[in-house]
Amino acid sequence: MDEKLARKLRVLADAAKYDASCASSGAPKRKAEKGGLGSTTGAGICHAYTPDGRCVSLLKILLTNYCLYDCAYCVNRRSSNVERARFTVDEVVSLTVNFYKRNYIEGLFLSSGIVRTPDHTMELLIEVAKKLRREHGFRGYIHLKTIPEASPWLVEQAGIWADRLSINVELPTPGSLKMLAPEKNAATIRGAMGQMRERIDEAKEEKRRFSPAGQSTQMIVGADDTRDADVLKTSASLYDGFRLKRVYYSAFSPIPEASAVLPLKAPPLRRENRLYQADWLFRYYGFAVEEIVAGGEGGMLDLSIDPKLAWALKHRERFPVDVNRADREMLLRVPGLGTRAVDKIIRARRHATLRLDDLARLTPGLKRARPFLVVPDHRPTRLLDRADLKARLVPQPTQMELFA
Amino acid sequence: MRRVRLSPGADLDGFRHSVRGLVAEGVPPDEAVFEAGEEAGLFGAPASEEEAPTLSLPRAVADLVRLVVCHADPERYALIYRLVWRVTHGERRLLEVGSDPLVHRLERMAKGVRRDIHKMHAFLRFREAERVGERERFVAWFEPEHHILEAAAPFFRDRFSGFDWSIHTPEASAHWNGERLIVGPGGRPEDAPDVDGFEEGWATYYASTFNPARANTRAMLNEMPKKYWRNMPETSLIPSMLAAAPQRVAAMVAAQPAEPRKRPPTRALRAMTDQEPKTLEDLNRIILASEPLVPGATRAVLGEGRIGSELAFVGEQPGDQEDIEGRPFVGPAGKLLTRALDDAGIPRAEAYVTNAVKHFKFEQRGKRRIHKKPTAGEVKHYRWWLMKELDLVHPRLTIALGATAALALAGKTVSVTKVRGPMGYVGLDGKERQGFVTVHPSFLLRLPDEAAKRREYDAFVADLHAAHELARDLAA
Ligand code: SF4
Repeated sequence: MDEKLARKLRVLADAAKYDASCASSGAPKRKAEKGGLGSTTGAGICHAYTPDGRCVSLLKILLTNYCLYDCAYCVNRRSSNVERARFTVDEVVSLTVNFYKRNYIEGLFLSSGIVRTPDHTMELLIEVAKKLRREHGFRGYIHLKTIPEASPWLVEQAGIWADRLSINVELPTPGSLKMLAPEKNAATIRGAMGQMRERIDEAKEEKRRFSPAGQSTQMIVGADDTRDADVLKTSASLYDGFRLKRVYYSAFSPIPEASAVLPLKAPPLRRENRLYQADWLFRYYGFAVEEIVAGGEGGMLDLSIDPKLAWALKHRERFPVDVNRADREMLLRVPGLGTRAVDKIIRARRHATLRLDDLARLTPGLKRARPFLVVPDHRPTRLLDRADLKARLVPQPTQMELFA
Repeated sequence: MRRVRLSPGADLDGFRHSVRGLVAEGVPPDEAVFEAGEEAGLFGAPASEEEAPTLSLPRAVADLVRLVVCHADPERYALIYRLVWRVTHGERRLLEVGSDPLVHRLERMAKGVRRDIHKMHAFLRFREAERVGERERFVAWFEPEHHILEAAAPFFRDRFSGFDWSIHTPEASAHWNGERLIVGPGGRPEDAPDVDGFEEGWATYYASTFNPARANTRAMLNEMPKKYWRNMPETSLIPSMLAAAPQRVAAMVAAQPAEPRKRPPTRALRAMTDQEPKTLEDLNRIILASEPLVPGATRAVLGEGRIGSELAFVGEQPGDQEDIEGRPFVGPAGKLLTRALDDAGIPRAEAYVTNAVKHFKFEQRGKRRIHKKPTAGEVKHYRWWLMKELDLVHPRLTIALGATAALALAGKTVSVTKVRGPMGYVGLDGKERQGFVTVHPSFLLRLPDEAAKRREYDAFVADLHAAHELARDLAA
C-alpha cells in the first residue's frame, strides 16, 4: 500500500474509532455468487480485538474528517486542529475489497464528516456502497451512517445497498445536543429515524430488501450531566419508537484537540458497562427501567455492583427462589443466572430434581446466585439478612470488566 | 472387549458406521474401545459385511455428535458412544438434562469445537500468492486446536468463491478452485507466502482504531487468546500499543484546548444549508441519477407539462409504452386521459402529468414485460420526490388517478370509491394542500362490457370537470 493511502487510512480510522457500533450482525444469511465475493453469517464475526478489548469486525473509517459542523465532543469538528484527510470513493472501495479478500474484515462501516452539504456527503457514502455491490458483486456487510440533515430521498437510496443504517442521537437529551452540537437537531434526527423505521418495517412485511439488519444508534455518556435514569429512559423510548437493534453507549473519552467546554478525564468505562447491563435487563430480563434505576441512588446506577444484583439486594423479600419451582420470570431475576442458564434449568428440571451439583453444571454463575437460591441440599439460612451481604458479593477490585 | 479403529482426525463416517454395528449387536459402552490410528478404516470387531441398520437419533444428538467428533480429546468417541447408548436405551430426551455429567461434558466439548471453528473463520489470514492460471490465488496457514478443517472450510467457499485459495494446517489442507472443495494432506507454515502487500496497511488500521484511553487487555485476551497471535500479523503491534497508551492519554489530558488555527469557513457554512433542488430541472436530474426503487425498472420517466399548470395529474407508474418512449401517459391509458380531458373541456396545456412511482415495475415473462403494481412501501420510497415535484410545479389542484396515486398523496392507504372527489393532503412542509381523487383511466380500459365502460367514462369526465371547477374556485 503506498504511503499516501496509508496516511489517509491512519487519519481516517483514528477519526472513526469513537463510534462503538461496529457489529456485523442481523443481516440475512447470504453466500457469494459464483465467482463473486462476500457472505454474511447472521451473528457476525469479530476478526480481531484491539488492546481496548473491542471487536474489530468492519473496516470502520470516515470518508473524510473534514467537517463543517462543530460538535464539541468530536475530534473532527471544524474548529479542531486535527490532521485532515479525504479518501476518494475508489480508494475506500479498493481498501474494503482487498482487506475483505484477506479475511481481515466482515465488511465496511462508513461514515463521514460533513463536506459541502449533507446531501453531497450522503451521496458520496451511497456511491461507495453502490460501487461495492455493483462493480465487485460484494455481498459482505455494509453499515452506512445516515446524515439526518440530508434530503429524505437519500435515505431511501441508502437502504438499497446497506445492511444496516444508523444515526447517532449523540446525547441523551435534546438540550445537551443543542448545547454541544449546534448544527444538529434532535427533532431532525428523530424524524430521519422514524422514516427509516417505517421503510424497514414495510420492506420486511413486503419481503423486500431495505436495510435488512435494521438500524442502531449511539449515545455518548459522560459528556453532559444527564443521569442514568434519563439515559435509560431515552434508550427505552428509542427501542420502542424506532425498533432499534441496538443502542450503543459510548463513554466520553479524552480526545486529541479537545474542546474547552468539555471535561478531560478518564472515560467512565464502568458506568458505560453498567448501562449496557441495564439495557440488557430491560430488553431481555423483563425489568422495567424504573425498577433498574431504583437499584441505585439518585437516578444513578450503583457502580460497584451490577444492576441485577443491586435490585436483588433491595428486594430481599423476594428471595430465596426455589430453583425447582420458580417460574421463568423470577429465575431471570436471580443474580448470576443468565437467560441461557435459566432455559437450561427449566428444561432439566422436567426430568430431575436439581441439586447444587446439578446447578454447577447448568450455570457458570452459581457462586453469585447461591445466596438467592433454594435447592433440596442448600438453603441460604439468614444469609439474605446479613447487612454485609453486599460487601461479600462485590467483586474484588480487579481490572475493569467490559462487554466486548 | 470390542476394539474399533478409526481414521485420525474427525472420522464421522467411520464412527457412524461402527456405532450402528455396535448398537445392533448390543455391545454396551463399557465393552467398546475406540482408537484413532494410522491404519484407517480397519476396525477390529463388528466388521460384518453388510451395513447395520441406521440409527434414528434425535436431531440435537446428531448435531452434537457431528461437532464432538472434531474434538481433540482421544476419549471423544467413547463418550459419544455412551451418549448414543443411553439415548437408544430409554433416555431419548437425555440432551435436555443439561445437569447430567455426561451431557454437560459433551456440551462443553461441542462448545469448544464450535468456538474453534468460529475463531478459525475470524482469525485466519490469507496472503496473496502467485497466480497459477487466470484466477487470483490466496493461501493461509492456520493451527486449529481441534480437527475442524473440514467443518470450517465451507464458510470460506461460500465467502470467497471468486478466487482460488488454499488453507494449510498441520493435519490437513483444503483447496478451492472455483468448482470444488478438495481436502489434502497437512503441511507447514512455509506453505503460505511469507508476505502480503496489504498486511502493513492492515496493521496501520488496527493500531489506529485502538483507543488508548480504554486499554483493557483482559477483555482482549478473553476473546483473542495468545495461541492465535502467531498467525495474525497485526498482533505484533500490541506490546508497543499498550506501552505507549498511558503517555498518549496523559498528553491528551494535559494539552490545553487550542485556538482553531483556521478561521471559521463562513461562506461554506452559509452554502451548506442550501442544498434543496430549486428548480424542476434540478429535481429531475436527481431522479435520473438515482437508483430505481422497484424491480424491473430500466429508466426514470419524468413528469411533463408547464410549471404553474392549473391541474397536476398523478398516475401510478409508467407502463411498457411510457418506459420505451420515456414520457408519461403516452400508452393506451394516456390516450384515454387526453380524450377525457378534451371532453371535459380542459386544455391539455393546463395539465401537468406525472406518476407516483417514476420507474416501470415489471416482471419479465418470456418476451413480455408484465406490469406489477407497486407496494405501499415502494410508493413511499418515491413519495418525497413527488411531493417536491408538486411543490415546484405548484398547480392549483392535484388530481390522484387511482389508489396508488391517492396513497402517494395522502401517505396512507385511501379507498378511491369512498374518497372519490376532493381530498386535502399534507405537504413536506406540514401544510395542507388541495387534492382530488378519481379513478385511473386504465380502470376504464379494463371494464368488460360496453355499457359499464360508457357509464364509467362519463363519470370520469364528470370528475375531471368538477376538478377543473374546483381549481377555478381555488384561484378566485
Ligand atoms: S458532524 Fe459532528 S460528530 Fe460528525 S464528524 Fe462532524 S463534528 Fe464530528
